[in-house]
Amino acid sequence: MELVINGELIHVPDHIRTIADLLVHFQLNQKIAIVEVNAHIVQKQEYETTALCNGDRVEIVHFVGGG
Amino acid sequence: MNERYSRQELFAPIGKEGQANISAKHVLIVGAGALGTGNAEALVRAGVGKLTMIDRDYVEWSNLQRQQLYSEDDAKARLPKAIAAKQRLAQVNSEVEVEAIVGDANVDELQRIAAETKPDVIIDATDNFETRMIINDVSCKYGIPWIYGACVGSYGISYTFIPRKTPCLHCLLETMPVGGLTCDTAGIISPAVQMVVAYQVAEALKLLVGDEQSLRGKLVSFDVWNNQHTAIRVDQVKKEDCPSCGTNPTYPYLSYEMQTKTAVLCGRNSVQIRPAGKREYDLPQLADLFAKQGLRVETNPYLVSVSLGEHRLVVFRDGRALVHGTKDIQEAKTIYHRYLG
Repeated sequence: MELVINGELIHVPDHIRTIADLLVHFQLNQKIAIVEVNAHIVQKQEYETTALCNGDRVEIVHFVGGG
Repeated sequence: MNERYSRQELFAPIGKEGQANISAKHVLIVGAGALGTGNAEALVRAGVGKLTMIDRDYVEWSNLQRQQLYSEDDAKARLPKAIAAKQRLAQVNSEVEVEAIVGDANVDELQRIAAETKPDVIIDATDNFETRMIINDVSCKYGIPWIYGACVGSYGISYTFIPRKTPCLHCLLETMPVGGLTCDTAGIISPAVQMVVAYQVAEALKLLVGDEQSLRGKLVSFDVWNNQHTAIRVDQVKKEDCPSCGTNPTYPYLSYEMQTKTAVLCGRNSVQIRPAGKREYDLPQLADLFAKQGLRVETNPYLVSVSLGEHRLVVFRDGRALVHGTKDIQEAKTIYHRYLG
């Protein structure tokens, strides 16, 4: 499947079906992130159930602490 | 009247009126590390009326690569960061009143500063979420905007929190992030710092001149090494029942229960630290993270022990930690936040 992630067209492996899968793929599942799909923010409890479709525009911002 | 601010006054959204506003305002910067020194230098050059800086740490050699106000002399003298920053800032612009506080940005101190000195804007230049949650509650309680900034590696993030308008940090995070990824474990390059500083200072100037319409309004993040940039509008995340900014706020991070508890352990040259809120560490993952930094790690099912020169940090699953090799609570807290965020 191809997704536009943070503005960049990225091919992701076929086993990725949900936002939860995508966050594991990018090793962001242990972090606190805000995820937007097609301009709508997805609630954390919906990560497991929100299916991604070819061409979806996904924005991911994860929080870090350093400064 | 000299030409000092002429180029800033020629910039139409500021102008002479904006400059007069800037010179009448007070900014509080929490933290005097990379983000704190960058923000401080820019705001002092811009002619802010008063700047308060608070930091508990002293200058070390490993700071000089990115903490722009400090020199080799400061590191040699192990000067407290707030003091070294104030000295340099006085050379940069003697017209600005700079108050340096060498101390812990804890609940009592931040509330005191908010109530007594009434800053117009708070800039977050801390390195941990515990302090940010306190800043967030102080901001909500006293109605002071604050500008979150953070960076690790080549990545950075920023957001401007406006009480009663935007969601607050508590709305965005729900729970406090835990993890071992800090500048001291994952490294940091100065362009990531400077980019966050640029975002923070631009937003601060908009607030100081009263141009709220021009605020970005989005959570922004970028990676200057992997060439990414993204911004998300997060307004819809604001929660009416948020305990920090909702309709019936309790400001939970200003309460005693949510503060880090420390205790010097008698006769053991150790300090125990019990962090605020609930934490749950994945110990094998934490051990792995420390090992990747080349640190000597020992682990068992209950704890991770890591050697740090003359100190040893022992972390339990619930976030409680022992810092061995010191009786100094501030030093122990600094070590704790450095390695655990």
